[in-house]
Amino acid sequence: MRRLATLALLVTLLAPTAALAVQPDEILKDPALESRARDLSHGLRCLVCQNQSIDDSEAPLARDLRLLVRERLTKGDSDSQVLDYLVARYGEFVLLKPRLEPHTLLLWGLPPTALLIGIFAVVVMARRRDKAAAAPSALSPTEQQRLAALVEPGRD
Amino acid sequence: MIPELGHYALVLALALGLMQAVAPMIGAYTRDAALMRLANSTALMQFFFVAFSFAALTVSYVTSDFSVANVFENSHSMMPLIYKMSSVWGNHEGSMLLWVLILSLFGAMVAAFGANLPATLKAHVLAVQSWIACAFYLFILLTSNPFLRMAEAPLEGRDLNPILQDPGLAIHPPLLYIGYVGFSIAFSFAIAALIDGRIDAAWARWVRPWTLAAWIFLTLGIAMGSYWAYYTLGWGGFWFWDPVENASLMPWLAGTALLHSAVVMEKRNALKVWTILLAILTFSLSLIGTFLVRSGVLTSVHSFASDPTRGVFILIILVFFIGGSLSLFAWRAPLLKQGGLFAPISRESALVFNNLFLTTACLTVFVGTLYPLALEAFTGAKISVGAPFFNLTFGPLFVALMFVMPFGPLLAWKRGDALGVAQRLMAAFGVGLAAIAATFAVQGGQAILAPFGVGLAFFVMAGSLVDLAERTALFRGPLATSRMRAAGLPRSVWGTAVAHFGLAVTLLGIIGAASWGTERILSLKPTQTVSLSGYELTFDGLVQQSGPNYQAQVAKFTVRSGGVPVAVMEPAKRNFSSRSMTTNEAALLTRGAGQLYLSLGDAEPDGSLAIRLYYKPLVMLIWLGAVVMMLGGGLSLSDRRLRVGAPKPAKKPATKPTLQPAE
Repeated sequence: MRRLATLALLVTLLAPTAALAVQPDEILKDPALESRARDLSHGLRCLVCQNQSIDDSEAPLARDLRLLVRERLTKGDSDSQVLDYLVARYGEFVLLKPRLEPHTLLLWGLPPTALLIGIFAVVVMARRRDKAAAAPSALSPTEQQRLAALVEPGRD
Repeated sequence: MIPELGHYALVLALALGLMQAVAPMIGAYTRDAALMRLANSTALMQFFFVAFSFAALTVSYVTSDFSVANVFENSHSMMPLIYKMSSVWGNHEGSMLLWVLILSLFGAMVAAFGANLPATLKAHVLAVQSWIACAFYLFILLTSNPFLRMAEAPLEGRDLNPILQDPGLAIHPPLLYIGYVGFSIAFSFAIAALIDGRIDAAWARWVRPWTLAAWIFLTLGIAMGSYWAYYTLGWGGFWFWDPVENASLMPWLAGTALLHSAVVMEKRNALKVWTILLAILTFSLSLIGTFLVRSGVLTSVHSFASDPTRGVFILIILVFFIGGSLSLFAWRAPLLKQGGLFAPISRESALVFNNLFLTTACLTVFVGTLYPLALEAFTGAKISVGAPFFNLTFGPLFVALMFVMPFGPLLAWKRGDALGVAQRLMAAFGVGLAAIAATFAVQGGQAILAPFGVGLAFFVMAGSLVDLAERTALFRGPLATSRMRAAGLPRSVWGTAVAHFGLAVTLLGIIGAASWGTERILSLKPTQTVSLSGYELTFDGLVQQSGPNYQAQVAKFTVRSGGVPVAVMEPAKRNFSSRSMTTNEAALLTRGAGQLYLSLGDAEPDGSLAIRLYYKPLVMLIWLGAVVMMLGGGLSLSDRRLRVGAPKPAKKPATKPTLQPAE
């Protein structure tokens, strides 16, 4: 409900009439190019929306971006050239999957690191527990004396 | 008068809450039974007053009392009754009131049904529960009062946001909140155990039903929200990795981990410290979710800074409860003695694996959700983290988790036999491989990963059936014996199998909708036909209709399959003049587990209409799987050992299950 509430707010702000995301007149004649355009659109953020890709968004700006992507593709850009072009123009914010760079190292690195640390911690703890269970601590001198006394009564 | 009474009732609830936050703890410290028992009455009365307050707001909505600012801003006299009632929580102030209503309900339930709890534990639990309640009463009374009056009452309200005028609003938030807030009980039990410095298997047995109940509601709430977004937002997506969705997914992941670790603690007296930590983390994530959604920090870091009252208040609540509970944990947890040894291959280890992967998955969602906010706050750099990131990081973790899932229930406690279990799972492996081959045969090389996903889903489904077959000795002896054994199986065993089965069903639905969906986007003139995945849709024309508070443009389509008419689909656009807003009502046609999904675009002057038509195979399984998971949770909850409550340690041998170790 809350995501709807925020979305609803955006809809009020941005789109007075509900329209489709991808409109029929945008679609390219060449199905291969069109499917590349759709794939790219899924990974591009509608800059004025909350976490919506331009493929899903009804905002006019998203339409502009969709048309831009198609324009670059028909001009013969490769997928990565299109992305580079958009990043140069709108900044990294436009990518829904951030590139691996120094400032996103933590984002990409934390989950796998945490998993490795977790596995390591589990193994270490299991080892420690096994050791504690396998080798009970040595008897203290007093205990040894008492044991000796029990085993060989009358020795001392 | 009624709003003032509601406001006053909330103040009274706060007063009772403050009493309950202190008195039982003093009672527990001085061994004063009367002081400890005080919490029972105050918890019940708190619920009474909050319920009264909530009812007062509801009455203001139902009677369209626009002198109340909250009603004026979110209601309209022409709205159907059900939306008038659900608008109560369709806004910030009202939803917080629902939050405390559920919180006080849980407190009252502990007071009413916790008769077999040790007195000090119960006193501490109710006191902690009341700390949380007081923090949120104060939040409502000081920053988000829903009962504020306006000097001059307007004649008409501004109407509820049209997107929220949907039965979904009546169901989804209450379910979600019951789940969120239900975890507060596990939290309170954890804090009480830390204060007591004592924890045992009986503790886990008390905590488990509450956690399970919260988990069931959260599962259903998330699934319901997903379905609502799917049919309302008009582009047929079922999960968007939106921060607000992630806020509900994180407690679910942590809560699922908690359910599993509590089993280890209950059965084997191991993983105590970890279970306590998970109980704290699960509710902390619920609080963080509330903060994320309610503070406005998500829209942008700047909007948070420009109106910080609410945000800062919730932030203080967060710091107090999360920081406080973790400090208490660091201080007191070393006192708790570890028990139960187990070998690397054992049911315990499988559950540790489950916990490791679920918490890492939870961390992944956490990092992905909060990293952009933190980065912007600290460096000013703006990045987006969306679905592609989560699919790449969260996906593999869940695949690993699901692959190991069938092994867990088949492994023995303490020391298991991996090879033996693998042998017993042979049939399930076979089913999985056959599913992979069959999927490849049907779809070809179109979506390379899809067949493996289908194989995994079938492996898990078959695995849970193998688990049941093994326990009932099916195919190994006379059927009558198996039937007897099946009747004797603890309900929690059935619950495990059913819930695991449900998760696989959901996986199947996700794969189907994501890999084999088809779509057409085009303009149609009346009488023209479009075909997709074996269905032909003919556009019969546009009709105007009027609803209670909107005007609708309804497009009629006749759906034919193989030339035979099977249904009529009527997607519509509704225009709400009160907010000059238009909503898009997609038409859905369920065929088997798949759905045809039709949503409207703009009508052109030449009479043609832009449409977006999808066929989504298996999509219904996503939500059906969630319902199955929920049923599994329900079966577990009805297990005898949870129903009769935790026995006192001395009576324990008497209730030992005779046939099988449970779970």
